[in-house]
Amino acid sequence: MKRLPWLLLIGGSMLMMGCRQDMHDQPRFRLNAATDLFGDRRAARPLVQGTVARGMLKTDTALWSGKVGNKNVDQFPFPITREVIERGRDRYNIFCSPCHGLTGHGDGMIVSRGLKKPPSYHTDALREQSVGHIYNVITNGNGSMMSYASRIPMRDRWAITAYVRVLQQSQNVKVSELTAEERRKLEGAQ
Amino acid sequence: MSQIFHPSTNTLSKVSIVSVVLLLGGLGYGLLALNRSPYVARTKIPFDQPVPFSHKHHVAGLGIDCRYCHTTVERTASAGMPTTETCMSCHSMIWTNAPMLEPVRQSWATGKSLEWTRVHDLPGFVYFNHSIHVNKGIGCASCHGRVDQMPLVHQENTLYMEWCLDCHRHPEKHIRPRDKVFEMAYQPPANQLELGAKLVKEYKVQKLTDCYTCHR
Ligand code: HEC
Ligand code: HEC
Ligand code: HEC
Ligand code: HEC
Ligand code: HEC
Ligand code: HEC
Repeated sequence: MKRLPWLLLIGGSMLMMGCRQDMHDQPRFRLNAATDLFGDRRAARPLVQGTVARGMLKTDTALWSGKVGNKNVDQFPFPITREVIERGRDRYNIFCSPCHGLTGHGDGMIVSRGLKKPPSYHTDALREQSVGHIYNVITNGNGSMMSYASRIPMRDRWAITAYVRVLQQSQNVKVSELTAEERRKLEGAQ
Repeated sequence: MSQIFHPSTNTLSKVSIVSVVLLLGGLGYGLLALNRSPYVARTKIPFDQPVPFSHKHHVAGLGIDCRYCHTTVERTASAGMPTTETCMSCHSMIWTNAPMLEPVRQSWATGKSLEWTRVHDLPGFVYFNHSIHVNKGIGCASCHGRVDQMPLVHQENTLYMEWCLDCHRHPEKHIRPRDKVFEMAYQPPANQLELGAKLVKEYKVQKLTDCYTCHR
C-alpha cells in the first residue's frame, strides 16, 4: 500500500503527457488566422468606422496627403537630412526598383519580363512636378501603378520622394557644376 | 541439491544484461532521432498552397526583396503576409491571364482573403518576435534556409526549443552585419567567431536564455 502515492504520481504524469497538443493549439486566434465565426472568414476584425489611432489624426494635410487645399505642396513638410535620404534609398530599392530600376530610368527587372515600361523620372515634365505629386503617386497610385500606402508608412513615403529627387538630380548635372576633382574623374572614365 | 542452471547460462545471462542495456539505449537514441526527424518535426516537407507561389521565381529570378511582400518583418513580431493588393501591384499588369493566378484575381474581385497554409507554426505557448532578430543581425536564411531556392516553402529547421537555445547561448556563431540580413546567399566569413564577437558587442546582443524570454 505504501507504493500507491508513487504509482498515482507516475501514472498521473504519464496522463499529463496526453495534454501536449491542447497546449500547442490554444483556443485563441493568431494573427491573420481564419475562422468560421464571421462571414469573411477573418479572425481580425475591421476597425469601426471613424476609429483614429493615437497620433494618427491626420489634421496636418501637407504631411499626410501632400496637399494644401487641392494643391500639391512643393516643399517637404519636414527637414530632409542625410538620414532621411538614406532611408529613402533603402525603401526605394525595395519597393520601386523592381519596376522603375535602380536609377529611375524605368528599366527595372519586371519590365524585362513584359511590364509596360513606366515613365523615366528624367524627363522635364517629372523634374518640374512638385514633391507633393510624387508623394501622392506613392500614396494613391497613378494610372496603372497601384497605391503603396498600405505597405509604406507616411514618413518613408516622404523619404522615398526625397530620394527620387536625388536620382533626378544625379542624372541631370551640368559639367560646369562639378568640382574640379569630379571633373577629372569623369574625364578619366571616358 | 543440484544446480538448476547449467554453468553455460552464466554467459547467456551476461549477454542478456548487456543487450538489454544496449537495446534500451538504442531505443532511447532512436526515439530522440525520430523526434528530430523531418517526419515528426515537419521539416523539408513542401505544403500545398492555394496558388503555387514560387519564391525561387520571384526572389532569385526577379530579385524582389523580402520586404516588398513581408512588409512588417523589421517592425513587428510577425513578418506579415502579402495582401492580395501586393500581388496585384504586379499581376494587374503582367501575367494577367495566367490560370495559376485565378485565385488571386478572384480574391481581388470579391474581397475574400487568400488562405495560405501555415508552414512555420510554433506552439501557442511560445512567444516569437521577428523584429528583434532582424535588427540584431540574424539573417532570414539562418532560420528559414535558402527560401530563394524553394519553389514551395518548406520548414528548414525543427524550431524546437533546443534549436532556439543553441543560438541564444552562442549568438556569435550566427550573427551577421545588419545590411546582410536580407541577403540569401551570404556566406559567413572564415573568422565568423571573431566577427561575431565584435558584432555582439556592437549591437549589444544579450544571451537570452531565461524561460520568460519565450514563455510569457
Ligand atoms: C509594379 C511596378 C511599379 C512599381 C513597383 C512602382 N511603380 Fe511607379 N509606375 C509604374 C507604372 C506602370 C507607371 C505608369 C503609370 C501610368 O501612367 O499609367 C508608374 C508611374 C510612376 C510615376 C510617374 C507618375 C506621373 O506623374 O506620370 C512616378 C513618380 C512613380 N511611378 C513613382 C514610383 C515610386 C516612388 C515607387 C516606389 C514606392 C513606384 N513608382 C513603384 C509601375 C510601378
Ligand atoms: C512576391 C512576394 C514575396 C516575396 C518577395 C517574398 N515572399 Fe515569402 N511568401 C510569400 C507568400 C505569398 C507566401 C505564402 C505562400 C507560401 O508559404 O509558400 C510566403 C511565405 C513565406 C514563408 C513561409 C511562411 C509560413 O507559412 O510559415 C517564409 C519563411 C518566407 N515567405 C520567407 C521569405 C523570405 C526570406 C523572402 C526574401 C528572400 C521572401 N519570403 C520573399 C510572398 C513573398
Ligand atoms: C514585383 C512584381 C511581382 C509581384 C509583387 C508578384 N509577382 Fe508573381 N510574377 C511576377 C513576374 C514578372 C512573373 C513571371 C515570371 C517570369 O516571367 O519569369 C510572375 C509569375 C507568377 C506566377 C506564375 C509563374 C511561376 O511559375 O511561378 C505565379 C503563380 C505568381 N507569379 C504568383 C504571385 C503571387 C501569389 C503574388 C503575391 C504574393 C505575386 N506573384 C506577386 C512578378 C510579380
Ligand atoms: C530567429 C529565427 C528567424 C529569423 C531570423 C527569421 N524568421 Fe521568419 N519565422 C521564424 C519562426 C520561428 C516563425 C514561426 C512563427 C510562429 O509560428 O509564430 C517564422 C515565421 C515567418 C513567416 C510566417 C508569418 C509569421 O510571421 O508568422 C514569414 C513570412 C517569415 N517568417 C519570414 C521571414 C523573413 C522574410 C525573415 C528575414 C527578414 C525572417 N522570417 C527571419 C523564425 C525566424
Ligand atoms: C540564429 C540565432 C537565433 C535563433 C535560431 C533564435 N534566436 Fe531569438 N534571439 C536571437 C538574438 C540575437 C536575439 C537578441 C538578443 C538581444 O536582445 O540582445 C534574440 C531575441 C529573442 C527574443 C527577445 C525578444 C524581446 O522582445 O525581448 C525572443 C522572444 C526570442 N529571441 C525568441 C526566439 C525563439 C522562440 C526562437 C526559436 C523558435 C528563437 N528566438 C531562435 C537569436 C536567435
Ligand atoms: C529561446 C526561446 C526559449 C527559451 C528561452 C525557453 N524555451 Fe521552452 N520552448 C521553446 C520552444 C520554441 C518550445 C516549443 C518546442 C516544440 O515545438 O516542441 C518550447 C517548449 C517548452 C516546453 C514544452 C515541451 C513540449 O514538449 O511540449 C516546456 C515544458 C518548456 N519549453 C520549458 C522551458 C523552461 C523551463 C525554460 C527555461 C529554463 C524554457 N522553456 C526556455 C522556446 C524557449
